[in-house]
Amino acid sequence: MLKQNLVLIGNGMAGVRTLEELLKLDSDLYNITVFGEEPYGNYNRIMLSPVLASEKTIDEIMLNDEQWYIDNNITLHKGKKVTEIQRGRQQVVTDDGITVPYDRLIIATGSTPFMLPLPGADKEGVIGFRDIKDVNTMMSATENYKKAVVIGGGLLGLEAANGLMKQGMDVTVVHLGGSLMDRQLDEPASEMLRQSLEERGMKFLMKHSSSEVLGDERVTGLRFNDGTEVEADLLVMAVGIKPNFALAKSAGLYCERGIVVNDTMQSYDPKIYAVGECVQHRGIAYGLVAPLWDQAKVCANHLANFGIARYEGTVTSTKLKVTGIELFSAGDFIGNENTEEIVFKDAATGTYKKIVLEDDKIKGAVMYGDTVDGSWYFQMMKDGTDVSAFRDTLLFGQAHLGDSGHNPETRVAGLPDDAEICGCNGVCKGDIVNAINEHKIFTLDEVRAHTKASASCGSCTGLVESLLSHTVGGDYSATPSTKPVCGCTDATHDEVREGIINMQLTTMKAVREEFQWRNADGCASCRPALNYYLLCAFPETYVDDPQSRFINERAHGNIQKDGTYSVVPRMFGGLCTAQQLRDIADIADKYKVPEMKVTGGQRIDMFGIKKEDLPPMWNDLSNAGFVSGHAYAKGLRTVKTCVGEKWCRFGTQNSTGLGVKLEELTWGSWMPHKFKIAVSGCPRNCAEATIKDFGVVCVDSGYELHVAGNGGIKVRVTDLLCKVQTEEDVLEYCAAFTQFYREDAHYLERTAPWIERVGLAKVQKALEEPEQRKALAERFAISQKKAQIDPWKERAQGTEALEFAPIKVSALGELV
Amino acid sequence: MSQWIEIVALENIPVLGSRVVSVDSGTDIALFRSTDDAVFAIRDACPHKQGPLSQGIMHGTSVTCPLHNWKIDLASGSAFAPDEGCTNVFPVKVEQGKVLLQLEPATEKVA
Repeated sequence: MLKQNLVLIGNGMAGVRTLEELLKLDSDLYNITVFGEEPYGNYNRIMLSPVLASEKTIDEIMLNDEQWYIDNNITLHKGKKVTEIQRGRQQVVTDDGITVPYDRLIIATGSTPFMLPLPGADKEGVIGFRDIKDVNTMMSATENYKKAVVIGGGLLGLEAANGLMKQGMDVTVVHLGGSLMDRQLDEPASEMLRQSLEERGMKFLMKHSSSEVLGDERVTGLRFNDGTEVEADLLVMAVGIKPNFALAKSAGLYCERGIVVNDTMQSYDPKIYAVGECVQHRGIAYGLVAPLWDQAKVCANHLANFGIARYEGTVTSTKLKVTGIELFSAGDFIGNENTEEIVFKDAATGTYKKIVLEDDKIKGAVMYGDTVDGSWYFQMMKDGTDVSAFRDTLLFGQAHLGDSGHNPETRVAGLPDDAEICGCNGVCKGDIVNAINEHKIFTLDEVRAHTKASASCGSCTGLVESLLSHTVGGDYSATPSTKPVCGCTDATHDEVREGIINMQLTTMKAVREEFQWRNADGCASCRPALNYYLLCAFPETYVDDPQSRFINERAHGNIQKDGTYSVVPRMFGGLCTAQQLRDIADIADKYKVPEMKVTGGQRIDMFGIKKEDLPPMWNDLSNAGFVSGHAYAKGLRTVKTCVGEKWCRFGTQNSTGLGVKLEELTWGSWMPHKFKIAVSGCPRNCAEATIKDFGVVCVDSGYELHVAGNGGIKVRVTDLLCKVQTEEDVLEYCAAFTQFYREDAHYLERTAPWIERVGLAKVQKALEEPEQRKALAERFAISQKKAQIDPWKERAQGTEALEFAPIKVSALGELV
Repeated sequence: MSQWIEIVALENIPVLGSRVVSVDSGTDIALFRSTDDAVFAIRDACPHKQGPLSQGIMHGTSVTCPLHNWKIDLASGSAFAPDEGCTNVFPVKVEQGKVLLQLEPATEKVA
């Protein structure tokens, strides 16, 4: 098939990002031609401020050098201006007469600085702040001139002013309004910002309206409406940007404040796409980088003929790239009569935080001085997280959320380079920063791929994100709130789970086809997830796929670092008899178990078992009356108990007996992640029930039910679900809660992050209605019918025998 | 000159699964079978920390190591970027439903 022609007008961040996304999806669909007016490859425009401040060089901010275009067979016309789009003939024409035909066209012409139409604004030394040329003009001005005036006290203006000041100039910022960055900051934060900039030597003329640029050839000063004047050898206008859509408009495309596009990034001509700052989507023209990443992804998805992505707008946040000044804002930080505010202000240390809440959800935030938790607030804002449970400590940040395993020092900026960020993979701050700079990384996923940081347990994700935003500047591509299942698809976990039920997709193949998986077999991430979702949705009919199980669940043991396995027989409620212990001891002797240990969940673990010895060993355990302890499973692990009223002088109820009943109810169940239960016989809580997924604390008057705790990487104490009167109630609530978790959580999401995501209220609501609770418990019972067949006994009797049998060959090549 | 050894019936390797060939001189070899019945033979040790690749999840023509999730291309033995490393692959073919294998690696391991 003949390749189609794709033309991109505008060699900036949005357009080239779209190409990168497209090449990831399909690298051979198009002949690609790119036109750029600037004589450079593609560079990171948001890093111009650090270049101006001499903190970075132009080379360091290049994103794609010319080799990249060559490597990807892209024709680059740099320094060329496209002057005409001939829609009828489907071709574009440049000022020097080059004509290139297109089947599809992307317009990414960006924006230009808005220049105030003042008399004298055409004088030499009056510039905007937009591209490398402007930066060069400013840099050379610093060699011969002393006084700079920047009009505009917004984000860009202050960054320009800071850069010029760093270059040794005497800088005055002129602002029309009464407070700086008034679109991003409230008054107190704005005031603190002005004070600290003044301490650095920046001067301000607030509430000043410019009327005329003074000078002959070159600017010498600026006059205001009130007749006063200020001297200037260099005048930078940074009052805003205007989308650059003249070319599109002249081609007859519908434009308002930008090129109007729909949710698939198409203009009124469906062959013509537009992305970036030249675009107006749902009435909004964005001037930050995060929306442009989202748009590029959607546009590429359609160009690659996948046709499923939609751009629905982006919630943006702001940071100021002035070294030493930490500032963050997002959403509605002013508030209204329906909102509440939590405010912290300490003028002495220069710290100010304000969070605006509505219905216990974050609507906006503004922070000055300490912004480490900005990305955390921003994520919760985008997710609509209910913060009522930790509202009283919300302002103190994520580090204060039951975080005993961690160093409270989370100010990543202040950490030394050798500080370990990711404990699982031993990755230090310096490694991450180097990778970000070297590979031009913008996203968390890329950091994970290149450094492994945050790729295992994920507890350092917040730190890595902070590092990323600190290193890249404010506007890095924050983790999208709706993560796709894996790299094979754009569909989210929730979409897949709903699709399975609503469309009755009963096989993994059907799911992958419906949601347009890019890899026929899926990958090691999505296969176990899909297998679980189907098993959960169709417990009676779905046939489990062992090849889509992680090895631990396929071999029913925990793989150890040397390739051997561990074996943990189930001991219900942690109770055992002398005979059972004798049997375990005999079996351990028979298979020469090198090491045994009592686990944290009150079971006995036998290590160092060869895979081929597993089935005969299980057979012996089975004959002694044991079933699998599922110590390897994303499922029910153990029910831990204390001795309870039978022996303990404080015990209020039969905690061991209840523990046995709970374990008999729940063993064998497959779940999104591991699940632990405990029963304590009194509030002294010897079984540690308040750090379990489901914990029961017996009291004189009944049973307290606690949920969503864990003692893992990040200790989380349970939330109190409710209090019930009888053991029957406990069992029903346990079954219903477990089932609700099984049906609602994402695969590999433990109860703690799940509840933090969906809110305790949602879970309480699902369980408080007796009918709904009974229905959940009933569905759990149905799924347990097939789940409570001992996998060890089955395998000891020959199921999947091939899995455990190596083929033995002598060195001479004879089968032995 | 290495000889071809008839090692196992194709049907006795699960689709998207593996079998371990345990050679008494030491090195284990992992056999994998793809959805279109292609068979791959690779040294059963991940270049990263010698994890048993045979125990990983296979997808397409690659396998993900069960220990630390390195992804290895079964045809070449190379790790996918950004990881770097390579393990040996062995000559293997299927004839009349039988899998034939040579015990001398087809590729030298590249560190």
